[in-house]
Amino acid sequence: MRDWRRDKLAFSVFALPATAWLVVFFTIPLVLIWVYSFADRGPQGQVIVALSLENYQRALEWIHLGIIWKSIWIAAITTVLCLALGFPLAMGIAFAPQRWKNPLLLLVILPFWTNLLIRTYAWIAVLRTRGFLNSGLEWVYDRIDGALGLIGLPDLLGPFQPLELLYNTPAVIIGLVYVNLPFLVLPLYATLEKLDKSYLEASLDLGASQWRTFVSVMTPLALPGIVSGTLLVFILSLGTYLTPDLLGGPDSEMIGNLIARQFGAARDWPFGSALSFLLLYAVFLFLWLRATVATRSKGVGV
Amino acid sequence: MKRLTSRNFSRRRFLGGAAAIGVTVSALPRKGWAQSKQVNVYNWDTYIGETTLETFTENTGIEVQYDLYANNEELLAKLQAGNPGYDLIFPSDWAVENMALRNMIMPLDHSKLTNLDNIDPNFRNLSFDPGMAHSVPYMWGTMGIGYRATAVDETPDSWGVLLDSDKYSGRIALLEDQRSVLGIALKYLGYSMNSTNPDEIAEARDLLIAQKRHIKAFAPDSGQDMLIAGDADLVMEWNGDIMQVMTEDDELSYIVPKEGGMVWTDNMCIPTGAPNVENAYAFIDHILDAEVNAEIANTIQFATANKAARQYINEADLKNPAIYPPDEAIAQSESLKEIGDALRLYSEAWTAVQAA
Repeated sequence: MRDWRRDKLAFSVFALPATAWLVVFFTIPLVLIWVYSFADRGPQGQVIVALSLENYQRALEWIHLGIIWKSIWIAAITTVLCLALGFPLAMGIAFAPQRWKNPLLLLVILPFWTNLLIRTYAWIAVLRTRGFLNSGLEWVYDRIDGALGLIGLPDLLGPFQPLELLYNTPAVIIGLVYVNLPFLVLPLYATLEKLDKSYLEASLDLGASQWRTFVSVMTPLALPGIVSGTLLVFILSLGTYLTPDLLGGPDSEMIGNLIARQFGAARDWPFGSALSFLLLYAVFLFLWLRATVATRSKGVGV
Repeated sequence: MKRLTSRNFSRRRFLGGAAAIGVTVSALPRKGWAQSKQVNVYNWDTYIGETTLETFTENTGIEVQYDLYANNEELLAKLQAGNPGYDLIFPSDWAVENMALRNMIMPLDHSKLTNLDNIDPNFRNLSFDPGMAHSVPYMWGTMGIGYRATAVDETPDSWGVLLDSDKYSGRIALLEDQRSVLGIALKYLGYSMNSTNPDEIAEARDLLIAQKRHIKAFAPDSGQDMLIAGDADLVMEWNGDIMQVMTEDDELSYIVPKEGGMVWTDNMCIPTGAPNVENAYAFIDHILDAEVNAEIANTIQFATANKAARQYINEADLKNPAIYPPDEAIAQSESLKEIGDALRLYSEAWTAVQAA
């Protein structure tokens, strides 16, 4: 392969489409939103370009910070659950026999073949009052009730009460964990796969327990994957819009929904833009924290 | 020209989040928009008759290019940077007023509309566009309560059942729409749905905050799904949405409460910068024709503002309160108006309700 420093022309030709793509679909819209965030809202919802900080002042009001804080919590819980589920999964795939690895990875990314909206609607069908989960529980419940009737204890349990599984914040978290799990498993798998297994063998040979090996040897070595994966899940969950909209209850509005509403019913694009940038700054903060951690535990790459 | 086949996606049945993933029909300017024998129509999904476009082309020789949108905000967003080439649009009440104030739609020349007299006199002086200066009414409907008749012990004929009572705690869904829900709360409190008085809006906000623990969800236009699936027994919804599930489930019913509700009206307007203005007038006149109009209304099952068309409307539809509600309910109802800067009061009140 040739060095790009020696062959600048070829390099720029290959880099051009990607750069143009980024500029047209990322940089320009982002600059536009940034300009909007200092604008005024006209009485009919127009964007009147100005140099006003009022939108940021509003965005920093307690009520909006409260919604951001709640979103951070929901994203954090989602991330922890994804890690708890994703680490064993990634480990299982990384240590599986070679011929199983690709089929297993395929299963992890399989949900991406279906649209996010459809998958979220599927969760509605599972969790709703007369959904699959409640119907299944009711079936089991009726069997137990019937069995109790046979041994002379009829109506001991009373009629089945369906569980309230949908339209609340736990439902949002379930939806987010489901959607984001592959984003944690894939980078984590990539790290674990490259990991030199002889370290683990050495640790075990030298008398460390399985648990000790996991905590003191494998986890530090897997740290880059853990950091990448959790950060990805956290950022994606923080800005989510669709999941709380469809699965959430009256208490589940997240920052993404608040922003979407400014561009919709509130017709206040300048304020929506300021909120978007506030979210963006929050994400930058977490990226900076990550970079700091990475520098400290030197050698941890991207 | 797009043929409409789906009955599942209808006017005001905006599949939640469709906008979030960008499911919109493309409206990029394309070649040949300004042709003498073409009209570019931008309408809600599933909101036209089966033969409307064909008969128009047969009668006039004008081809129809037909695009779809999902809500008024989408329409506004698409046109506010300049008309990409549409000749005819169908905004609702407040959106007509909004666009007229911003000169985004043209004043109409009534002399070019020979069938204009077919419009019901009750619809010629609507508050958002008196005298049909910028718009011709198309279809209309209401917002009311959709409910499961077997789950309530009496007809929910007051908004108080949804907004000020714990009787059906946890079985109520309201719309996820700030002006509709706060507007209905204002209506229940005896104020106007278009109030710009901060104290009245605050009172409506506090009513909703107090009621919130009894509300299962603010449904993104999916109240009808919650109703038919048994997730909720009483929902605040658009009549057309409840209409659809009523045909699937006999236990479901619809009522416009005694305090009155919201009457929505969709209207035909010619956006400023339309390339084929004369053809747009011809298309409006075609839709104003009594039989053409009745064919549309019978297909989409919405109430028409065209009085001459009434004689051709299916008898069952005329008697259906989810399509044509009783006159008393309508008399108490209001249309949403453009309220300018006061919209922010509603947005902030709604955020407070969500965050409470």
